[in-house]
Amino acid sequence: MWEQQVAFWVIAVAMAGAAIGVVRANNVVHAALFLIVVFAGSAAQYILLLAEFVAWVQVLIYIGAIIVLFLFGVMLTRAPMREERGKLDNSQRLASAVVALFLFGVLAVFLIDAFGGTELRFRDSMVEVGSAASVGDSIFRQFVIPFEVVSMLLLAALVGAVALARRD
Amino acid sequence: MIPILGADPLFRDGIDGTVVLIVIVKTIIVFTVLLVAVMFYVWFMRKVIADMQNRIGPQRAGPFGVLQTLADGIKLFFKEQSSPECADPPVFRLAPYLAIIPAFMAFAIVPIGGLVPVAGRQTYLQLADPGVGVLWLLMMSGIGLYGVMLAGWASGSKYPLLGSVRASAQLLSYEAALGLAVVGVLVHSGSLSTRTIVDQQAWTGIGSIVSQWYWLPAIGAFVIFCISAIAETNHPPFDLVEAEQELVGGFHTEYTGIRFAIFFLAEFMNVITMSAIAVTLFLGGPAGPALGFLAADSWVNVWVMPVFWFTVKLLVLLYATVWIRATLPRLRYDQLMALGWKYLIELAFLWAMISGVVVVGAREGWNRWVTVPAAVAGAGIVLAVLWACLPRRGEPVEEIR
Repeated sequence: MWEQQVAFWVIAVAMAGAAIGVVRANNVVHAALFLIVVFAGSAAQYILLLAEFVAWVQVLIYIGAIIVLFLFGVMLTRAPMREERGKLDNSQRLASAVVALFLFGVLAVFLIDAFGGTELRFRDSMVEVGSAASVGDSIFRQFVIPFEVVSMLLLAALVGAVALARRD
Repeated sequence: MIPILGADPLFRDGIDGTVVLIVIVKTIIVFTVLLVAVMFYVWFMRKVIADMQNRIGPQRAGPFGVLQTLADGIKLFFKEQSSPECADPPVFRLAPYLAIIPAFMAFAIVPIGGLVPVAGRQTYLQLADPGVGVLWLLMMSGIGLYGVMLAGWASGSKYPLLGSVRASAQLLSYEAALGLAVVGVLVHSGSLSTRTIVDQQAWTGIGSIVSQWYWLPAIGAFVIFCISAIAETNHPPFDLVEAEQELVGGFHTEYTGIRFAIFFLAEFMNVITMSAIAVTLFLGGPAGPALGFLAADSWVNVWVMPVFWFTVKLLVLLYATVWIRATLPRLRYDQLMALGWKYLIELAFLWAMISGVVVVGAREGWNRWVTVPAAVAGAGIVLAVLWACLPRRGEPVEEIR
């Protein structure tokens, strides 16, 4: 088990460093590149938990599509190529620190409440659970209603975006 | 056995020094073969296009000019590297590697041969067989997009930026069509693993070309895959990313020397990888007749023939790409977007629907003469509704700003 522990901490520290990089970067594109490292790190954590399919979908969707769209937006909106130091800073450090601490506290409390004391023992049979087939089965059998609700939400967001972009 | 490493029997008895050595040797071979293949592909392309245009083409370096690409590479390697004043240096240096590394990695899932014995062990002639299989290809082409995008942005210059904005829009649009076309095969195979897909298309006689290989059952997906693969690799007629007349060369305008060569290499490597994936998904991969007069387990039939058939199919597709390059004029940008969003994505969706009905019908034993026409009719109704919603030519379209 200790290999997983070591790998977890190495990836977690890299993710935390990259997350600090996201907020510290003086350049929007650099911030997006740091964000890629964070997403790649969370994909690696999924692999450590034997959730192979979820990990690769994380890479495919978040790195392969969402950050690309983000960068695309930056390029289309004439974002300045280079910022002077401190210009992207909006001087709300105290407020953001409070929010960050609050979020951390809430997540920590709920996670410990839900899973505290649970020990994961990896077995070969658990690899099947993380495969594409079993994830698909559980989405379209057990969780089909939440899946459809989320689809409707996304559709509504899409229609809303078109309606906003349309000139009346 | 460690199941997460995939189904390769090499890992079944645990991992020791020999296994690690076999994997390293396989990696080096794939890496080298791919590089050499790109070298020959560039020569082959220039020679074939020259023949089609009544020219001679490269002929000075080596017999028939085969070493021309090598000579170009050596020249570029020794050229000065320049970087514009407005460039963003770390990203500018990083971008070429973001293009080339996914191009290499995508090839890892291509099965180029069957099961072979090495040093007392059995292994597949394939670098990796991850459980997510074909998803790996989509992922890698998604990451390869960063190379193009960041190169244009980091150059700090107008034309490269325009080129990379075009590129990201184009690649993102066609990635959707490409993924949906792959679904057309996955519905039939029921597995994402490239090894399983190839095994299902195994050779059982001349009839297996139409009965086993997926190009016929998934003919619609095959056509959509080919078109979007060509667009995804920035290959003419979809080479708007580097349209010389409009963009002075596109996203790599400011790149010189070996960094330019890396982009060049990545682009042609992607063409080879996409063709190899098309062979894997639709044309049976290494499946083909073995030599009947030799024993089935002789080294020729185990090692040589699958690789031979794979190479033959790959060459046919690569010739087709060169043919297209020499023949078709470049699309206009609005045509490109219309083709991707208005036609290919919809047709890929409809094809996935039809194949789903056909596959489930076959599994449940429904009458094929009812299910197939019913599925096609259903798809036709959806298509008619879509068609009615599309704006007509000449009809005033509300301008979107």
